[in-house]
Amino acid sequence: MKKPMIFSEFFRNNGVVMGSILFFLVAFWIIFLILLPQISMLDYSLHPNPINLDAGERADEYTLKNYKYLIFGPEGSSDAFNKVDLMVFVRTIIAAMAVTIMNLFLCYPLAYFLAQSKGGGFVRLLVILLIVPYWINEILRAFALRIIFAPSENGLINGIMMKMGLIDQAYDFINTDIALYAGLGYAYILLMLFPMYNVIESLDRNQIEAARDMGASWTRIHRRVVIPHAKPGIASGMTMVFMLSAGALAAPQVLGGTSSLWFTQLVYQWFNDTLNWQQGAAYAIVLLVASIAIVLTFMKIFKVNMGDIGK
Amino acid sequence: MSSGVDVNLENIWIKFGDFVAVREANVNINGGDFFSFLGPSGCGKTTILRAVSGFLDPSEGRVLIGGNDMAGLGPNKRPTALIFQNLALFPLMKVWENITFSMEVKGATAGERRKRADELLDMIALSGQGDKFPSELSGGQKQRVAIARALCAEPDVLLLDEPLSALDLKLRQHMRSELREIQKRVGITFIYITHDQGEALTMSDSVAVMRAGIIDQIGDGHAVYDQPATPFVASFVGENNVFRGKVTAVNGDEATIASNRSGELVSKITPAAVGKLNVGDDAMMFVRPEMLQMGEGDAKSTISAKVINEEFEGNTYSIYLEGEGGKQIKMAMPNLGNDPHKAKGDMMSFNYNANNAVVMPAGDLASE
Ligand SMILES: Nc1ncnc2c1ncn2[C@@H]1O[C@H](COP(=O)(O)OP(=O)(O)OP(=O)(O)O)[C@@H](O)[C@H]1O
Ligand SMILES: [Mg+2]
Repeated sequence: MKKPMIFSEFFRNNGVVMGSILFFLVAFWIIFLILLPQISMLDYSLHPNPINLDAGERADEYTLKNYKYLIFGPEGSSDAFNKVDLMVFVRTIIAAMAVTIMNLFLCYPLAYFLAQSKGGGFVRLLVILLIVPYWINEILRAFALRIIFAPSENGLINGIMMKMGLIDQAYDFINTDIALYAGLGYAYILLMLFPMYNVIESLDRNQIEAARDMGASWTRIHRRVVIPHAKPGIASGMTMVFMLSAGALAAPQVLGGTSSLWFTQLVYQWFNDTLNWQQGAAYAIVLLVASIAIVLTFMKIFKVNMGDIGK
Repeated sequence: MSSGVDVNLENIWIKFGDFVAVREANVNINGGDFFSFLGPSGCGKTTILRAVSGFLDPSEGRVLIGGNDMAGLGPNKRPTALIFQNLALFPLMKVWENITFSMEVKGATAGERRKRADELLDMIALSGQGDKFPSELSGGQKQRVAIARALCAEPDVLLLDEPLSALDLKLRQHMRSELREIQKRVGITFIYITHDQGEALTMSDSVAVMRAGIIDQIGDGHAVYDQPATPFVASFVGENNVFRGKVTAVNGDEATIASNRSGELVSKITPAAVGKLNVGDDAMMFVRPEMLQMGEGDAKSTISAKVINEEFEGNTYSIYLEGEGGKQIKMAMPNLGNDPHKAKGDMMSFNYNANNAVVMPAGDLASE
């Protein structure tokens, strides 16, 4: 990583006016778009909901009850823990990991092919074909998938399979979560593909050839040369896909089965249906902190530096 | 270490679509030789090397290594090791891991590899540097690591693609002799690619001079320098002065041309052209700058021209004279303590020994 520019140098290089504008924009970004929303979210989560205060509780006092609720459930309930919500939480995290890993295995060969084949125009066309669907809004894409996976003869896949006589009853892609995983995988696949594509493209072809010349098999070439080189891109892609899948709302809403809630749907319900923003904020904060902790743990295990991810 | 494996290229053609990168290459390389391909950028040197190492298949023809046809064998199956134009060391592996990568592939234990790495590091005078990363080495050190890595694979043939081109002059000269040393020590066949004629001449047992996909001449350094087969070789290898004209007389291995500016000039017919030069043909005669001397000699080997410039280069004086068609004639004289002091515009006579000049049918010159 480059050393941060000293302020005086920054202003000397950019001029006072331009320097001030840049400085102001960055400060605006950090304060209004990153810090303030998160801080106010945190603040909310630490207050009781003013609409239904407990006896003797004040709306402006700090409390951990929203967090306690997630862990232990409502006071006086028969269960020791808030089993339902915690299960949703754990399943969301595990499912997000599964989606991430699925994307990794899908994208690595594709990224390698795109980056190392010398196809030129053809490859660029392929990349554009991959990007174009993403000009469409995420929710619309989710509905498109819903049509494809619909569990009746109106569904594209079911319709075709039934017409061909492969099945005589529509398969329920929705309640088996197949549609959900496909939707989540599809939603963020480019965020996995492009960081990987970029690092693999920067790999000197001669290194692959040198390894091959020394007798290395393709597996070894990937294990010893390509993957170590691509590690920052892989880490960056996995981080983004994991964070965004864990925090996804559109795909679970549209494609999720009735029995499988996504944790973000709980957050959404707190904010939107119950109008208990404080409780929703606590749930959101827990999801955020847990996701960050998981990412940091994996980065530690796989020896990835924070600085590499930005590459 | 195995030694002395022959490499034969039989009628190799390499085409990329319609583009012919290598045309009808026939090369026989003796086992244990230091063989160079010399040619300007883009003439197909790397392409030939890739065909030998197995990264591409020739469109036609056969590559034989040690008498075995290599068709269908990939680079990982051939007894060759290639040193890339940019070295292609693995930046994320330590130096010792780089060097012994070929052993890792074969499943050698870390202990065996470490031991071999240390031996090779000793050989390339980098003892104790095995735990560094390539980025922590100097250019010349990286160079030597690349050589060690290739030698570690115990190839029968080592292929080197302009490995010295990235180094500065001093280091390059040093590495030349070092490479030659190593080659003598390990005794395996080296195939070396360069566009630097000095490099080719000093190191090689044999040189193939290439021009745009065609091998013009194969021979040892003397043959290529003193008896160039084509005008391209004559003008590409070393400096040369060219005189054009029609052949007026052929006498065995000597011919006379009527040059446009300097009258009749006599010289040897280059061996490759003996018997092919007839009276009336367009011909080119070449005389090296160091073969010219001041003063008049035999009428048919004396030239007069206007002095354009004189340069002092320490060990030599270079005198530039007005030649044909805007070209300059260069004459190089050793600095023996007596400055020739030629004023610009003076007419000057100089001569050469007809045995030291060659004439051949006219053809393309190497572009400057
Ligand atoms: N894969 C390829 N596809 C099409 N043309 C190619 C390919 N590889 C090389 N060529 C062409 O073949 C010719 C010879 O290339 P090559 O790399 O062998 O040159 P070279 O003699 O090694 O040059 P240099 O000294 O610059 O390395 C060039 O004109 C090049 O453009
Ligand atoms: Mg080349």
